[in-house]
Amino acid sequence: MLAFIARRIGVLFLILFGSSFILYNLAAIAGDPVGDLRFSDDPEIQAQIRELEEFLRLDVPPPLRYFIWLRGVLGIFTGNLDLGLTRLRLPVSGEIATAMPITIRLVIFATVFAIIVGIALGIVTALRQYSRFDYSMTFFAFLLFSLPIFWVAVLLKQYLAIRFNTFLSDPQITTTWKIGVGLLGAVFWGSLLGSKRGSFWRVFAIVFVATFAFLSFVDAANWLTDPALGPVLIGLLSIGIAFGITYLSTGFGNKAALYASLTMAPLTVISYFVVSSSLNSSSSIPQLLRYALITTVVAVAVALAFARIDRGPIVRTTIITGLLSAHLIVVDKFMQTWKPYMEEGAVSFRPIPTLGQAKQLLTPDEFWISTLDILVHLFLPTIALTLISFAGYIRFSRGTLLEVLNQDYIRTARAKGLNERTVIMRHAFRNTLIPLTTIMVVDFAGIVGGAIITERVFGWYGMGTLFNRAITSQDLNLLMGVFFITATLAVMANLIADLLYSALDPRIRAGSGK
Amino acid sequence: MRIRRKSKEVAADERAIESGENAIANKEVAGLTQGQIIRRRFFRHKAAVASLIFLTFIIVFVFSAVDSQFGPIRTRGWWKWSPEELPDLRFGDCPNDTIGCPTISLVPKFLGGAGIGLGEHPFGQDDIGRDYFSLVMKGTQRSIQVMFVIGFFAAIIGTVVGAVAGYYRGFIDNVLMRFTDFIITIPAVIVGSVIGAKFGNLGAIILAVYLGLFAWTGLSRLVRGEFLSLREREFVDAARVAGASTRRIIFKHILPNAVGVIIVSVTLLLSGAILLETALSYLGFGVIPPDVSLGLLINQYQDAFTTRPFLFWYPGFFIVSIALSINFIGDGLRDAFDPRQKRRITKKEKQNARAIARSQA
Repeated sequence: MLAFIARRIGVLFLILFGSSFILYNLAAIAGDPVGDLRFSDDPEIQAQIRELEEFLRLDVPPPLRYFIWLRGVLGIFTGNLDLGLTRLRLPVSGEIATAMPITIRLVIFATVFAIIVGIALGIVTALRQYSRFDYSMTFFAFLLFSLPIFWVAVLLKQYLAIRFNTFLSDPQITTTWKIGVGLLGAVFWGSLLGSKRGSFWRVFAIVFVATFAFLSFVDAANWLTDPALGPVLIGLLSIGIAFGITYLSTGFGNKAALYASLTMAPLTVISYFVVSSSLNSSSSIPQLLRYALITTVVAVAVALAFARIDRGPIVRTTIITGLLSAHLIVVDKFMQTWKPYMEEGAVSFRPIPTLGQAKQLLTPDEFWISTLDILVHLFLPTIALTLISFAGYIRFSRGTLLEVLNQDYIRTARAKGLNERTVIMRHAFRNTLIPLTTIMVVDFAGIVGGAIITERVFGWYGMGTLFNRAITSQDLNLLMGVFFITATLAVMANLIADLLYSALDPRIRAGSGK
Repeated sequence: MRIRRKSKEVAADERAIESGENAIANKEVAGLTQGQIIRRRFFRHKAAVASLIFLTFIIVFVFSAVDSQFGPIRTRGWWKWSPEELPDLRFGDCPNDTIGCPTISLVPKFLGGAGIGLGEHPFGQDDIGRDYFSLVMKGTQRSIQVMFVIGFFAAIIGTVVGAVAGYYRGFIDNVLMRFTDFIITIPAVIVGSVIGAKFGNLGAIILAVYLGLFAWTGLSRLVRGEFLSLREREFVDAARVAGASTRRIIFKHILPNAVGVIIVSVTLLLSGAILLETALSYLGFGVIPPDVSLGLLINQYQDAFTTRPFLFWYPGFFIVSIALSINFIGDGLRDAFDPRQKRRITKKEKQNARAIARSQA
């Protein structure tokens, strides 16, 4: 195994060397860095050109100039990585260090959403193979496959941002909208959950009434301008979460898991009152992480108090329930921040931005408002990226689950009398995750390089913008810097995916494979 | 006692259904060649057939509408304007004081519309008065040409690399697959932009060839996998024992069996190619003015969206409908070529089979 990893890493370096060499020469031959100076009629221009040529080492032919660049990069082994200077005489590594977190922020939510929603829908379509829901999701997935992201982005800006902002200035939900949204939701959830005609109409009715009531409540309580959950809703939602998670992970038959999860609901309400005073303007991410850790510890304690045997699944269920319920408190805090945020001068009741990654706010040191600002700016790009990428997960997880369901071990599981939930969640779903994991890893590396268009449309200053600038201003060092990071990520991800695959699936031996 | 009898009955029923289903499936393929079976399976996929007809219609329509040129072949268009002409810009009779609004009308007269007809400028006019219909037609021609050229080169390179690597295995396989890895590390958009920044001015077709040289990696991995498993099959051994040459084994015995995988992934590659071309043109690294492409049109007129959304909708409609129909055709082909794919037995057929089984019992 170790020999295999060593060999792969060796090959990985060779690949990186080769592709960077090719790209460097391609770009060097393709571009003329002093081209825009040649047509200037400045008398000093000859001196300027000569100075620039000297700075860019244009006297050295590209294949040899590559090795000057490579020497700087190889400094990574001695601890001083040198990616050279940009044409503005700034270090490339500094530019990348500021751009990288922004790109990661841009893609991380979209990727996580795409994975969760895509896998969930893919599994449901596989379980309801050849149903109307399956057909419509297939059509939907193909439609999303065929959408250019820049096109979607312009549509989102127009309809989701500009129109929605206008709507928010005087939020009145009309009865037509309530009925429309209710019907839409009812059809979706009805075909998702109702397997037979009777259960379809039952779910349809419940969801329609619930949506209608919810929208009426939102309208009546002015939720769109001044939202809040409050302890009662948090408590009720926590109970709902407890039932939902328990059903999915262990089933209601496991009383200990159910009681342990339900205990988390009153604990959440109590902690709501305890922590609400400490969630103020000086809050920080580490503080929230600390709370999450405390929640986990409490959840483990509660689970151990209830569980006598088979503790693993019960502890897991309780931790998930506890974290999800506790996160409601943070959601509530953000909701309370919504009104002051809307009243900020820079926002002035038009909260959904179409451009940029953050605003200049009046109160920049207020944690909740500035975090909410970042989240609001993520809204449109995240929707656009999620829409584009989750179709692939739907199709892939559907195909994989269908294949897994045909396996002998699924038949064995059914034959020995396990109920359908256990067969699907424990035996089928887990095996579906094996090929999915590897795809996720590779996707995540690819998306960092692929966010170029998204950043351009939404005006973010991340890796894509850097890359764009490198191409248009013929900045070879900057281009190679961006490439070095994205390519290294891609190759590493491929290696990790291969290793994960062999770690997760014992049938595959990485070392012996060809 | 009763319960047991019932379960026995059910079991007999199930068996009857199963054999009935097999009979339905077998009856369908009896006496047909492989090609006929595949064609039948494909034509059963309604969405794929509809997409195939739709795509053919779009291609014929688009290439006949305005003058087109591909290498030495030139055709004249039937549409009265060309993208180069500058007719007078219409204004005054448009809603909201916009200029050059579309004249196409799809609402017939008896429903209160202006009647079905194209009018003078069906898709409207751009800022300087050029006929937008002819621009979109020209752009669609470009995008389709680029798409097919990318697909052609990627298909050939991908198949050859994958076939050689999969058939010979060992050292050659290692070298070729590492070479593939190495092409994969260079993101398509980056290559496209670097190439586009240089070769965009050499014309769209040259750009497409270069893009094709980088788009074959996924296909070659699939073909390699297919060859690795096919070369171990008995019929290959039989051919080898019978004295067939390597070339004959690859082309006559293995390739026809791998052609399903190749065709399916090439169709998907095509829909990816049109999106790649439009994305690059949108970024300004693909097709460069004065040439026209769909991505370029969207890039040029995206700011006009609030006042003249038609400048944005029409090119987008063509991109989405072409990519969507190709994806559906690919899905239909996948179903057609997959031998494991059994037709879905409908309820009615099940009932019939059960009735037949009962009457025989």
